Amino acid sequence: MIVAIASGKGGTGKTTVAVNLALSLPGEIQLLDCDVEAPNAHLFLETALATREIVGIPVPEIDADRCNQCAECSRICQYHAIAVLGTGVMVFPELCHGCGGCTLVCPEEAIREVRRPIGVVEKLRAGNIELVQGRLNIGEALVPPLIREVRAKTRDGGTVLIDAPPGTSCSMIAAVRGSDFVILVTEPTPFGLNDLGLAVETVRTLGLPCGVVINRAGSGDDRVHDYCAAEGLEILLEIPDDRRIAEAYSRGRTLVGSVPEVRPLFLSLAEQIQDLATAVPELQAEKGRARVCG
Amino acid sequence: MKIVVSSIGGSLDSQVDPRFGRAPMFMFVDTDTGETESVDNSAGTNATQGAGIQAAETVSRLGAECLVTGHCGPKAFRTLQAAGIKVYTGASGTITEAIEQLESGELHLSSGPDVGGHWG
Repeated sequence: MIVAIASGKGGTGKTTVAVNLALSLPGEIQLLDCDVEAPNAHLFLETALATREIVGIPVPEIDADRCNQCAECSRICQYHAIAVLGTGVMVFPELCHGCGGCTLVCPEEAIREVRRPIGVVEKLRAGNIELVQGRLNIGEALVPPLIREVRAKTRDGGTVLIDAPPGTSCSMIAAVRGSDFVILVTEPTPFGLNDLGLAVETVRTLGLPCGVVINRAGSGDDRVHDYCAAEGLEILLEIPDDRRIAEAYSRGRTLVGSVPEVRPLFLSLAEQIQDLATAVPELQAEKGRARVCG
Repeated sequence: MKIVVSSIGGSLDSQVDPRFGRAPMFMFVDTDTGETESVDNSAGTNATQGAGIQAAETVSRLGAECLVTGHCGPKAFRTLQAAGIKVYTGASGTITEAIEQLESGELHLSSGPDVGGHWG
């Protein structure tokens, strides 16, 4: 079963939930850190690097001898990564999204695709957790292709947790798409509520069932609770607003390892997730119905 | 001389658009023959990225020897330079006035971009 941990608002505690849930579940767990612009799950685990591979996207290279400057490549490129000028053809690899369209339309077969590295995918081991993380190169803007490479490491069977990037844009969708259940982490603040609403809309559009974790419970107001009740969203866990939690986090420590009262909370979340796993066929049916409606 | 000016509208009385890549129109003027042509650049105005590059392609396709505009960013400048087009920045007023500014030597011949990317 694949469980994605996401949130509309950044800094609500996705990684905290993902890491502590991974530590509370029995057996072999795979944790995919899909927040490739700032992967940080590794900070909370004692990891050893197992493998590292470079991820690249295909970008065009023009054979000037074959090119007749017909500009078909430039016309199809929505991102203006190829300019055909009287004096030759210019390629802007940093603007290319790697769709391969230019190669397909070139009537002279003057385009060869070369890989432009955008980041790495690393596999690390921490006890019974296999952590797979993507790390985007600094200055790189193209996020979803790297997330898809991290997702491609998803194991068949067993429990897979996905730490998604914040927000509700392409990168979040690339991370959560195809999961069986989404845990949306929020906080009881106006921003938390607003962005939870956006995230709920997004996962519902994707046809994914979801539940809510409220972090820093007690620090704000009741509007997130009211919203969840009105929308029929289950609150799976409330993590109390506690200075010791912030201190543990700031030192790179896990909550289940350093704040005793938090441990049973995550064990309870882990049980709920295991119960969900037995209900995966029903969830799949629900997803199917949602797709038909959408 | 064949000149392209970034423009708000499609006539010689239109105002110069200080933005290059995202200007709504380009005015092509051949000062030797008096020929003029207005070219739509809505594709550039609405581009998600690479507006300057595709605008430079348009200027190159029109066969211009020089571009007159307000400002020019790094990718547009590189593309224009590769196409062998001279870039004059600092133009203002109407298209006719901008061409007068060019001919009287008031405009600055750019040796590099004068603004960062995404300026417009």
